[in-house]
Amino acid sequence: MLEDTKNGTPLIECRGLAVGYDGKPAASGLSFDVEPGDYLCIVGENGSGKSTLMRTLLGLIPPVSGEIKRAPGAGIGYLPQQTEAQRDFPASVWEIVLSGCLNNGKRFRPFYTRVQKQIARDTMAQMGITGLKKRCYRELSGGQQQRVLLARALCAAEKALLLDEPVSGLDPKVTEDMYKLINHLNRDDGLTIIMISHDISAVERAGKVLHVGKTSFFGTREEYLRSPAARGFMKEAEAE
Amino acid sequence: MNGVFEKLAEYLSYDFVQYAVIVGVLAALCSSLLGVTLVLKRFSFIGDGLSHVAFGAMAVAAVIGLTNETPVVLAVTVGSAILLLRTGQHTRIRGDAAIAMISVGALALGYLLMNIFSKSPNLSGDVCSTLFGSTSILTLSMADVWLCAGLSAAVIIVFVLFYNRIFAVTFDEDFARATGTKAGLYNLMIAVIVAVIIVLAMNLVGSLLISALVIFPALSAMRVYKSFLSVTVCSAVLSVSCAVIGIAVSLVADTPVGSTIVAADMVAFGIFCLAGKIKSRA
Repeated sequence: MLEDTKNGTPLIECRGLAVGYDGKPAASGLSFDVEPGDYLCIVGENGSGKSTLMRTLLGLIPPVSGEIKRAPGAGIGYLPQQTEAQRDFPASVWEIVLSGCLNNGKRFRPFYTRVQKQIARDTMAQMGITGLKKRCYRELSGGQQQRVLLARALCAAEKALLLDEPVSGLDPKVTEDMYKLINHLNRDDGLTIIMISHDISAVERAGKVLHVGKTSFFGTREEYLRSPAARGFMKEAEAE
Repeated sequence: MNGVFEKLAEYLSYDFVQYAVIVGVLAALCSSLLGVTLVLKRFSFIGDGLSHVAFGAMAVAAVIGLTNETPVVLAVTVGSAILLLRTGQHTRIRGDAAIAMISVGALALGYLLMNIFSKSPNLSGDVCSTLFGSTSILTLSMADVWLCAGLSAAVIIVFVLFYNRIFAVTFDEDFARATGTKAGLYNLMIAVIVAVIIVLAMNLVGSLLISALVIFPALSAMRVYKSFLSVTVCSAVLSVSCAVIGIAVSLVADTPVGSTIVAADMVAFGIFCLAGKIKSRA
């Protein structure tokens, strides 16, 4: 996991990137790098194209214009915003976490290997959800569901973890726990974190900030907090 | 009561009844496997659309005068499945609207063709049996049974080998795609399997009732069971049981096979709803 940290080649490199659907950019003029071990927070108002950017970074949709380079074989885990369909899906916690290991192996294998099952077990222990193994996903609380999806993402995240609004809908206590957990993954496990938030307080723990919106910004947290982009954003947040 | 069993035993000694039971069990088993996926991916209408396409293809094959219709119907249905999925992804016509268009179009065209060109003295009977499968299951040849067994084996093998991928793509397509699962390929595979299942089940319940065979067992199982594996196993067992019961009842009571099986599925759904309610209260 830490091998790439030494040589310093960026995991993701974006130059003049515009993202959007059907050729219509939702956000444009984005240039930034994600280095191994980074903690990048992507902020911006609702509807500024943050999620579209995330989907582009994941390779789910093509960029409208500009360049995006991903390190080959970047083991990226993804914590999506929950969808309605998942809320009534019959699946056990174990089935969901294990599905994160699906593409860990090099060759195609129809069934999970012992190693993959061990990874899933270890990750569940790390997330403190071992006791929920046989429980049905849809019967868990919001915070528990989020942990299950995070465990699944971690099974796939050999290098980087992308999180889309990881605390939306969670209460303040669970939110705090979630941020601590993400912080721990970054600092102690050396995992690269890319997190989307519409909440400026999420910036607190980040090393770098990308602001998406009318005025875009990319730099360290300290630089960001002094920038006009941050001031405008904070003003709007207060107005709400 | 003894009389009923004697009657059943007597029926079961006939070749054509044995064929019907074999094909019925296989078709019911296969159609239940992908039920959960279709329901949860909001794909159930694709199954419905394809079944109407299969009806249209059947009508065309009958008009041309083919003796063995199944391969043609299979090819057309699989082709339409691929087409539907493609158009759903790339055009501006919404997926469900496209499917509604194709399915109603195929239904109308099929009936029109049968009406204009049919030399059969009993046209409405032919149409009715294609739509509701009322008699076709009792007129299967050995070749039909082998074809059905082959297709079923293929469906089951593919389903088992790709079970984990099908789960991943069903539960969260974006995540699967982002982490390197070829979701487009598996969606295509699911659509092709559905097409095969529809052709298989057409013999059993006819093209209008196929969706019931795909959806009811899955919905019933989802009422009670909580993991993907248990839901899948339960819906397979349930679907086969309902098919066997339905065929038995239809033989004894002289009712149409297809609708009797679907009625059995509906009763099972009612029971599972009730069981689910009781279970969640306990």
